[in-house]
Amino acid sequence: MKYQTQKIALAYFVVAMALFAVQVIVGLTMGWVYVDGNFLSGLLPFNILRMLHSNSLIVWLLLGFFGAAYYLVPEESEREIHSPTLAYLQLAIFVLGTLGVVLTYTFNLFEGNWLLGKEGREFLEQPKWVKAGIVVAALIFLFNISMTVLKGRKTAITNILLLGLWGLALLFLFAFVNPANLALDKMYWWYVVHLWVEGTWELVMASILAFLMLKLTGVDREVVEKWLYVIAALALFSGILGTGHHYYWIGTPGYWQWIGSIFSSLEVVPFFAMMAFAFVMVWKGRRDHPNKAALLWSLGCATLAFFGAGVWGFLHTLHGVNFYTHGTQITAAHGHLAFYGAYVALNLAIITYAMPSLLGRDVFNQVLNMASFWLMSGGVVFMTFTLTFAGTVQTHLQRVNGEAYMDVQDQLWIFYVMRFGSGVAVVLGAVLFIYAVMVPRREVITPGHAEPAE
Amino acid sequence: MSRAQASGQLPGEVMMWVLILSELAVFGAGLVALRAAWLTDPEGFDAAQSHLNAAGAAVNTVVLVSSGWLAALAVEAREAVRARWLLIGASVLGLVFLFIKGAEYAAKAAEGISFETHPFWMFYYLLTGFHVAHVVAGVVILGFVAVRPAPATTEAGAQFWHMVDLVWVLLFPVVYLL
Repeated sequence: MKYQTQKIALAYFVVAMALFAVQVIVGLTMGWVYVDGNFLSGLLPFNILRMLHSNSLIVWLLLGFFGAAYYLVPEESEREIHSPTLAYLQLAIFVLGTLGVVLTYTFNLFEGNWLLGKEGREFLEQPKWVKAGIVVAALIFLFNISMTVLKGRKTAITNILLLGLWGLALLFLFAFVNPANLALDKMYWWYVVHLWVEGTWELVMASILAFLMLKLTGVDREVVEKWLYVIAALALFSGILGTGHHYYWIGTPGYWQWIGSIFSSLEVVPFFAMMAFAFVMVWKGRRDHPNKAALLWSLGCATLAFFGAGVWGFLHTLHGVNFYTHGTQITAAHGHLAFYGAYVALNLAIITYAMPSLLGRDVFNQVLNMASFWLMSGGVVFMTFTLTFAGTVQTHLQRVNGEAYMDVQDQLWIFYVMRFGSGVAVVLGAVLFIYAVMVPRREVITPGHAEPAE
Repeated sequence: MSRAQASGQLPGEVMMWVLILSELAVFGAGLVALRAAWLTDPEGFDAAQSHLNAAGAAVNTVVLVSSGWLAALAVEAREAVRARWLLIGASVLGLVFLFIKGAEYAAKAAEGISFETHPFWMFYYLLTGFHVAHVVAGVVILGFVAVRPAPATTEAGAQFWHMVDLVWVLLFPVVYLL
């Protein structure tokens, strides 16, 4: 850690990992609800669990991005963060908002209240006061980071990171647009949801990945930057009009079916480019960085993002296919692997990279961390397969044969049981990860001596 | 032969090539989708296509290709003043293209033809409309480059403009003639 204010990232990462634990535990609970439909139905209904699962995911990923920015911007800009106080204030606002959201959802406080009650829009159901708090916190963050970057050295990594973070914050303003017309409501809703995960977040992902590659492989900055600009251009070119793949059946004009199909098919390209980038950098790299776990997470991130977001996204993005698969377990399969590969693994990569220096330790606990990578990734990949098979069966029974929804759900039970099993692996992996980065002060296994191959 | 060719390097800006390839992928996919949809209703598509003014589009092809030629000459031009006039000429021909295209759209509107009349017209408006948006962008880019022509910016502008040209040359036969 070269700069004192990089320490801010520690607080962000710790809160992020705590919410990560909450997210996967709620996820596992929901996995059991799929197996036994009446589980917790009176106490904590499925829709509340789902809100907690998805909202805690989004908030912890955002906190991870903020932490990553506070960690890497000082190194890139070669100066301290403009104001550490503002950075901690921003985190406090986020924590307060998150607590407010959890309590409001769980107990349905202030139902129907304009300012204090939940709003009932998937992912954007936060009460208005929390939304306003998010905007204030985002403004504080952008001010803090932009001031740091403006006064310091400007690099492609900070340029793209700032572009992504500014876009992310500005697009969130559409969370306040809530027309009475349901089609229009959904149209603006996707401005936040899609243009985040398939637009601005991709820029954040590409820049953090570029930072990691720069540090871990020691490839020339010039080479990394060229890749980064190409990836950013490809992401925006395909991602912005790719929003059209959400406009097939919501009441928007029919031409969106073709705009959405064509542009969103190309969304696989930037994810392929990121995977190619990561592997080419590792092959070209001359540096033997001791943090092998961070490298594993980085490569895993790029690879699983390509499969989860790219391949599994393309699987059901053409409108002729989506006509049958829309809203089935195929969507859930894609959602899980895409979020895990692109954004969860990315955050865990930067946390793995940054934690040793934030905690003032050498690079330890590689074995436990790497074990958690395989356990968690194996779990999510297995979950993706079971849900893909469940979705295929569901599509055929429900959409082709026309059987009733709940009759089909009964027939999918075996897949949900297997999915629960994979969920157990993910939770164990997550707990192991958090333990591995936070607790051990020594390596658990003594490395053997390297001997040349015969 | 230019310096770039002599040294075996890619001429022009790398990012522009990324854009050009992306655009070709999009328009190519759109044209393939049009012809695929055509197979599902050959008579309907043929009947709709017969309303198109192929002669006007042919004139527009000549206009746009000539404009591309002027842009190519601007890249070769040694003096900035000559390059500027060639670029202005290229963007004026771009405006002529837009004028003829506007007349074509107006005629279609007068016939009561819209996006929803037939799938053919949806593809027609999508493909030609996207292309028109690129012509507008190209005219603006060439205009900016013409203010102070430098070899690098002129080359980048001409790269973009040739892509717009190429897309039209592909659109014209597939949408209007075949």
